[in-house]
Amino acid sequence: QVRSECPLGQLLAREATLGREIRALDSDMQTLLYENYNKFISATDTIRKMKVDFRRMEAEMDDLAANMAAISTSSARVSAALQDRHRRGAQLAGVQALLRKLQSLVEVPGRLRRWAAPGAEPVRALRCHARARAVLRHYRHLPSFRAIEDESHAIMAELAQRLRARLRDDTLDPKELTECVEMLLQLEEPPEELCEEFLSHAGARLEAELAALEAELPPADPSGAAATPLPASDILDFVDRGSSAFVGNLCLLAASYRSLFEGRPGAGDGCLEAFAATLTTRYFELLERRLALERGLGDTSLLVRALDRFHRRLRALLELLPAAGAEAGAALVARAARERVDRYLRALQTFFLGCLGDVRQALAAPRPPGKEGPGLPDLLATLASSVLGQLKAVLAYVQLFTAKDVAFANLPYFKGEFCVEAVREGLVVAFVRWLCRTARGFADGPAERGAPTAPPALLLLLARLCLDYEATTISYILTLTDEQFPPQDTGPVVTPGPALCAEARGAAQRLLDHYVQVQGAAVAQMLRKSVETRDWLGTVEPRNVRAVMKRVVEDITAIDVQVGQLFEEGVRRAQSSDSSRRAFSVYSSSRAPGRYAPSYTPSAPMDTHLLSNIQKLFSERIDIFSPVEFNKVSVLTGIIKISLKTLLECVRLRTLGRFGLQQVQVDGHYLQLYLWRFAADERVVQGLLDEVAASAAHRCLDPVPMEHSVVELICERG
Amino acid sequence: ARALTPQTAETDAIRFLVGTQSLRYDNQIHIIDFDDENNIINKNVLLHQVGEIWHISTSPADKGVLATCYNKTSDSKVMTCAAVWRMPKELESGSHESPDDSSSNTQTLELLCHLDNTAHGNMACVMWEPMGDGKKIISLADNNILLWDLQESSAKAVLSSSTALEGKGQLKFTSGRWSPHHNCTQIATANDTTVRGWDTRSMRQIYCIENAHGQLVRDLDFNPNKQYYLASCGDDCKVKFWDTRNVTEPVKTLEEHSHWVWNVRYNHSHDQLILTGSSDSRVILSNMVSISSEPFGHMVDDDELSDQEDQHQEEK
Repeated sequence: QVRSECPLGQLLAREATLGREIRALDSDMQTLLYENYNKFISATDTIRKMKVDFRRMEAEMDDLAANMAAISTSSARVSAALQDRHRRGAQLAGVQALLRKLQSLVEVPGRLRRWAAPGAEPVRALRCHARARAVLRHYRHLPSFRAIEDESHAIMAELAQRLRARLRDDTLDPKELTECVEMLLQLEEPPEELCEEFLSHAGARLEAELAALEAELPPADPSGAAATPLPASDILDFVDRGSSAFVGNLCLLAASYRSLFEGRPGAGDGCLEAFAATLTTRYFELLERRLALERGLGDTSLLVRALDRFHRRLRALLELLPAAGAEAGAALVARAARERVDRYLRALQTFFLGCLGDVRQALAAPRPPGKEGPGLPDLLATLASSVLGQLKAVLAYVQLFTAKDVAFANLPYFKGEFCVEAVREGLVVAFVRWLCRTARGFADGPAERGAPTAPPALLLLLARLCLDYEATTISYILTLTDEQFPPQDTGPVVTPGPALCAEARGAAQRLLDHYVQVQGAAVAQMLRKSVETRDWLGTVEPRNVRAVMKRVVEDITAIDVQVGQLFEEGVRRAQSSDSSRRAFSVYSSSRAPGRYAPSYTPSAPMDTHLLSNIQKLFSERIDIFSPVEFNKVSVLTGIIKISLKTLLECVRLRTLGRFGLQQVQVDGHYLQLYLWRFAADERVVQGLLDEVAASAAHRCLDPVPMEHSVVELICERG
Repeated sequence: ARALTPQTAETDAIRFLVGTQSLRYDNQIHIIDFDDENNIINKNVLLHQVGEIWHISTSPADKGVLATCYNKTSDSKVMTCAAVWRMPKELESGSHESPDDSSSNTQTLELLCHLDNTAHGNMACVMWEPMGDGKKIISLADNNILLWDLQESSAKAVLSSSTALEGKGQLKFTSGRWSPHHNCTQIATANDTTVRGWDTRSMRQIYCIENAHGQLVRDLDFNPNKQYYLASCGDDCKVKFWDTRNVTEPVKTLEEHSHWVWNVRYNHSHDQLILTGSSDSRVILSNMVSISSEPFGHMVDDDELSDQEDQHQEEK
């Protein structure tokens, strides 16, 4: 390839280099050859010298072997001589160890005695004893060991005795107690007995603590609970002390009991649980009594904190002792909370009664002339707002029980039942119910049997209050409550708002009816007395409206003002503008004088008079003591109806002379003149007054009516 | 008319006496016969000319004897007097044919005696001794209780004892009843809002129901079978039942009427039936089984008797 491709010049150059290389290689080979030859010569020299040395060494080795054999024989001789001695030495060492052990065994009683002596270290004695015991037991057939064992037993028994004595010592603190029992257990005392001892001792201590707590409580006094002075410390303090001392110790006790008697036969958990249960029961009792002392309304937050602490501690205890009355504790808390709610209810009630008392006082207080007392609307507003405010405050307090940071608020009771049953039903609903009942009580109760009756204005006020409750307040309160205490879906049935509203409305209706009846009766009484005591036969010609009529009008005007302060106007039946001018006449066009002539003849057919009466019966029957509506006009109409009906009935019982009739005429016209504007339907007033006049004419010996113009004149003058 | 009474001594027929009130005409007593088999009402008329009749009562012993309280008007003075009368013999047991023209043959009552009340005031009512022989009557005059003995076959009335109710204000008896129990020794009276019980032998008060009603007490009646039970009614629209041994609370209260209740009466044999009349133009018959002498009553058809309301204009 090179030859074919490369130019000639290059080929020549290449040949030259190859030649040079070949020559260089030749000279290298020559030098190597020389060197190897030299080395070969020196090696043969060396081999020749070695041959001479080996011959000398062989002789020396033979010598050495002979010497070694001599040495081994002599050493065997020596070791045989020493063997015996060595064995004896070993034996001696064993004996010595044994002797040392024996020595310590012999010393055991002494040491035991030293350590077990009072005030020394019983723990070491125990350790020592434990060590020695096995050996002693093993060699007990030997009399000397027996003696030692007996002695140490005696010592240990004594120690046990002392420990037991110590166990019974009251001043032992729980830790020492635990140690003590532990040692006794190591002494193989019977665990049942120990367990009992332990518990009884601990029990005594706990009892003492309970007693200390109890000492703070005033003696249980079933009769006069009110007289007991308030305890010196507040509830939080008490619970604090109780939980730190009693519950803490109980926890400690339970823990040590567990560690001591775990797994030992005869000392099951049963004892401990029973023991703890009785103690906690007592503790609960004490706490309950203490809680019962919290009669006042004190600081709820304090109570809540106290209960919270109690609950927390109790939970710690319960983790150790699941049977120590978890339900009882929870129930206690729940009861306390419930109790507090009840108390709030009562406080609310007293507050309301107090407010009512204030209102009564304000109503009854004599008004200085010229200075108007607080008006009914003001009183109502004050009453309503203060009661509502109080209710809200109470709700806020009660809410503390369900606050998030309170441990027991998570109990199912507090989540469900407490909200619904205690707060919503027990507090809010009960209060509203009670309020309605109380209000009704004013209407139903006292008027009957002569007890002090409520002033009419109070009735009116309460009626309005109940009505307001029905309209807005109840739903507001319930919403508020449901917001603050969300009810559970599955909770017990709650009283629905409408039912309460209906109750309130019923109460309002009852009160207003009663108000009408009371006021009506007052006016009626006045009219009745005036009719009954007057001599209608021998009276003189009327010159004036009788004073009593003026009084009636005045009273009704006053009532109108009173009712107007609290109730709306109400609807009035449309009337003609000149109604007050309507002719009031006994013998108005529809009633001719002759129609009053009675006809007793049996053969007489039913005359027009009777017919008209029957007609009247069906057309315009007036329910006198009928329920009224919640407005001024209706109330006033009710009162006027009662009054006029009384007037009618009274007039019919009298016998009138001519002037008597005329007087009735005058009075009637006067009443008509002034009363129509109060009534819802002036026709009612008109009708009743017509009847009064007709009856008067009927009962008149000499029915000569007065000229209508004269009647009008007298009335206008009067 | 305001006065009505059954003819107590009559045991066979159902007969009532009604007194009229008229200022300008002669007053009459109507004898009303009710034939319940044929459902027919018959009436006879007796003239009672002395005045309008406010109260009427009949002797329990003699069918023909009755007493009335009437208004006597004489020159601008009204006085209520009482008298004992005898009706004509043929009317005693009711006439059997209705007279064609009653105005022509009206007969007059025969006056037996006056109960002289000039010293005592207006007579409110006259009560006969319920089980007696028609010899003893009690009248209430203003604030007096007067016990009369009728002598010489009722021709003469002798005041045997009396007592007066003392007190502040003008006290006035409004009505009274003679109890058929306790040997007829007790009466009950009403004045204003109070009901009082009296012993007729000593004329002493034996019980007193203060404020029996909120307003005036209008009428009383004794339960014919239960000796301590008493019904009262009044202007507070209520009817109340009392046990006179315990007068602090009524046994029961009815509030059916819407105006004054003027009268209350027990049914004589079925004491659960109470009839009340009121100026609300209603007469209400109540069936009060629970406080009757037969609380588990079986004799009365309940459906028929439960609160029948009867529209009835009483006093026209």
